[in-house]
Amino acid sequence: MSPVIDSKNIEYVAKLARIELTLKEIEKITPQLSKILDYINKLNELDTEKVVPTTHVVDLKNVLRKDEVKKSLDRKKALQNTPDKEDGCFKVPKIIS
Amino acid sequence: MNNLYTKTAMELIEDISKGKISSLDIVESLLDRIDKEDSSINAFVHLDRDKIIKDSKNLNGSTSKLKGIPVAIKDNICVEDELTTCCSKILEGFRPPYNATVIEKLKEAGAVCFGKTNMDEFAFGSSCETSCYGPTYNPWDTDRVPGGSSGGSAAAVANNEAVMALGSDTGGSIRQPAALCGVVGLKPTYGRVSRYGLIAFASSLDQIGPITRTVEDNALLLQVIAGHDKKDSTSADIEVPDYSSFFKKDLNGIKIGLPDEYFAEGLNPEVREKVEESKKILESLGASFHEVSLPHTEYAVSVYYIIATAEASSNLARFDGVQYGIRRQKTENRRQKTEDRIASGAKSHELKTPLIDMYEKTRGEGFGEEAKRRILLGTYALSSGYYEAYYLKAQKVRTLIKRDFDDVFKECDFIMTPTTPAPAFKKGEKINDPLAMYLSDIYTISANLAGIPAISLPCGFTKDKLPVGLQIMSKPFNEGGLFNVGYAFQQVTDFHKEKS
Repeated sequence: MSPVIDSKNIEYVAKLARIELTLKEIEKITPQLSKILDYINKLNELDTEKVVPTTHVVDLKNVLRKDEVKKSLDRKKALQNTPDKEDGCFKVPKIIS
Repeated sequence: MNNLYTKTAMELIEDISKGKISSLDIVESLLDRIDKEDSSINAFVHLDRDKIIKDSKNLNGSTSKLKGIPVAIKDNICVEDELTTCCSKILEGFRPPYNATVIEKLKEAGAVCFGKTNMDEFAFGSSCETSCYGPTYNPWDTDRVPGGSSGGSAAAVANNEAVMALGSDTGGSIRQPAALCGVVGLKPTYGRVSRYGLIAFASSLDQIGPITRTVEDNALLLQVIAGHDKKDSTSADIEVPDYSSFFKKDLNGIKIGLPDEYFAEGLNPEVREKVEESKKILESLGASFHEVSLPHTEYAVSVYYIIATAEASSNLARFDGVQYGIRRQKTENRRQKTEDRIASGAKSHELKTPLIDMYEKTRGEGFGEEAKRRILLGTYALSSGYYEAYYLKAQKVRTLIKRDFDDVFKECDFIMTPTTPAPAFKKGEKINDPLAMYLSDIYTISANLAGIPAISLPCGFTKDKLPVGLQIMSKPFNEGGLFNVGYAFQQVTDFHKEKS
């Protein structure tokens, strides 16, 4: 049977997921994911045409509350874990090159 | 003193109430035990001894419910200003700016947060081998895995390095390690316990739950952490009963279903034997057994590995080197100039800004192999052209699986199965075969998909002295019923008292 996905697919998906993969990783992961997807394709045995999908098992209701000002996370605490900051903001590399 | 580390929370609370011991005595006993034992188990990944001792001394705990009992915490639950890393390199050094709701509740109840326990990276795994801090070893046989992902919590409790622990369960991550380590593990009903401050893996499946040596301790810990929380809109606004009222010694009139599909091919004969012996024990207590069917069981693993990875790929997008954890940047000369790339015919989506380069490098270096595999699988299942074939299809089959349970619970109060198809497997045995690893969760996954509560109880040992787990599942919000069955079972068995 031909593989469900090839290394080109993996490279594309890695790009979508914003993960840099080495060639070695791509070579290892491609057949593994192919095998897993092949197993998952078992679901196609089932006719689900008229079945309603389950997104959540509990009956979710929209939760509303009054729009009141409350104390929020202190700025210093919010920034305590960032690798880079400046003037009380998270600092990131250039967004436009 | 000090064999305090061998006692249950109930026994320790009684000793504290009588003024015989203090919280500090317990903490010191456990720390001493960890010094002697944990180098061969590796159950703890972060343990701030000074902080624990200070917290234990500063309790005014004599009137509180937990009276200074220490509780070990899985490394994916946020404890303010204490290292919380999901055992992943990408979260190296992370100290949360707030407490998870379960931690607030533990503190209010007078518990001492007792270190962070080892786990599979981001809870992705069934063996505790994917942790960036190295694996945890099964206290019953250190050549074997403790199960996962809450392997550190289960091994710590089994090896008397902790009195009680919190774990999290997305597809079996509390029950499977509890079974393989010979302790009690409960996955509560979805919505019973707040997920606020639990670093999310799969939001529609995750639940925090207790790992303990006895059912009574398990009920005690659930009592403290359960309940509605405004900070988690999926937590249920349903009253939490007094779980100690379920400690009854008989099971008269109780109907338990045995699903064919869980006793089919692939079940280890010794595990089967122990589960059949447990059936006889429960019958002697008054329970009746009925053959039932959960016909869509064989699709559960497929459904799970689409839904769980899809949700994970979205949840883990937040680890991008901006707000927390590590950041990795390509050096300027490794980056191709945008103009050069346009000139060489690159399409617009292939153009990378320094920011996108940083994301890719950070995530490429920060995530371990299994995390990458799951993010890629989830991203694929959600990507354009595949969403209907995979994600939507899985959600539909999830409905069928849930209906199977609804139908059985019209006839029966409980469903009984093995927790795992086999006892603890050898280290390294499944780590390079992800599908084989995924299939080790075959009996635990359905409870998460259906949102129902399930408990694993120690129910015997194999000839090689490896623990076997018995799983009992029930209707939503019937954790009390699970404690009833478990309590009655532990009154007439001693499996939970045996030591590794």
